[in-house]
Amino acid sequence: PPERKRFYQNVSISQGEGGFEINLDHRKLKTPQAKLFTVPSEALAIAVATEWDSQKDTIKFYTMHLTTLCNTALDNPTQRNKMQLIRAAVKFLETDTVCYRVEEPAALAELQKNEWDPVVAWAEKRYNVAIGSSTSILGPNIPARTKETFVSHLASYNMWALQGIEYVITQLKSLILSMGLIDRHITVEKAVLLSRLEEEYQIQRWGNVEWAHDYDLCELRARAAAGTLFVHLCSESSTVKHKLLQD
Amino acid sequence: MAALGSPLRTLRGLLRELRHASERSGRSYRDTPAYRHIIAAFRAHRVTSEKLCRAQQELHFQAATYLCLLRSVREHAALHREYHGKGERSPEEVAGLVGFRLPQQPGGKG
Repeated sequence: PPERKRFYQNVSISQGEGGFEINLDHRKLKTPQAKLFTVPSEALAIAVATEWDSQKDTIKFYTMHLTTLCNTALDNPTQRNKMQLIRAAVKFLETDTVCYRVEEPAALAELQKNEWDPVVAWAEKRYNVAIGSSTSILGPNIPARTKETFVSHLASYNMWALQGIEYVITQLKSLILSMGLIDRHITVEKAVLLSRLEEEYQIQRWGNVEWAHDYDLCELRARAAAGTLFVHLCSESSTVKHKLLQD
Repeated sequence: MAALGSPLRTLRGLLRELRHASERSGRSYRDTPAYRHIIAAFRAHRVTSEKLCRAQQELHFQAATYLCLLRSVREHAALHREYHGKGERSPEEVAGLVGFRLPQQPGGKG
């Protein structure tokens, strides 16, 4: 389908009853389901407005990750409630990238141990749980108490922040790396590197292919960064009182 | 806390990205809400010195994350344009690839 041309000159934000709104010239931005686009955080609204103002001749929706996240939070197209989101997020622990180890080649196994053991250890200490790692095809055996701890912890986040958390987990294929980001223990660049450890290993062995490797790397960084920023902006104490965020 | 480097460097990087993002609109990047918000936040928390308290570190992390977002989106879009955006070649271009030229047929194709 042909790309949508940029049809507006000015992008601005304004404050409405439900939160902050985005104006494209005189039109108010709406979600795909035609709801009024409202966000609970001014900083988030500014960042969304910046996405719209960055569009050149055509609107490239695939670059507008924050807008997409807000639309998902507002429309909830998969119709999931809070507990369903939390359980989906915690389920990832069973196949968490950093827990799922190879035995060969030895160099990769060594790299996984050196790069992933510290972040697993960090999560175990931070959350006071047992996680471990496994070379079994079935993956690690995560104790029920560990899962319940994460369920409890995630329940303390509001619905918007949870959408963001689940998004980051899906992108990085790791609950542990995502919590590392949310807890500001690692940067986005580091989280993405750890998520793509095997690819990085192959790239160092066989060489980089810019149109595939760098393309994927930039896309994953963009999505992980957007998700993380979204979570932080939706869970700041100054915005938590906002109507929109009450579940 | 994540290893973030110098806050000043993060700020400079952010401003550079904002400049890139404003290129099309013709307005100065300093006129944008994003610029004003970032400068105000850095000033309010004085996130330019090397030693930071927890609130400052949180702000720095947020700034570094936003910088990563802006930079990665720009780089990804550039790679997309370079490798994935060109569409199909015309018949003339295809012929030219192997050194042929399409015949001129004044009456059109038969």
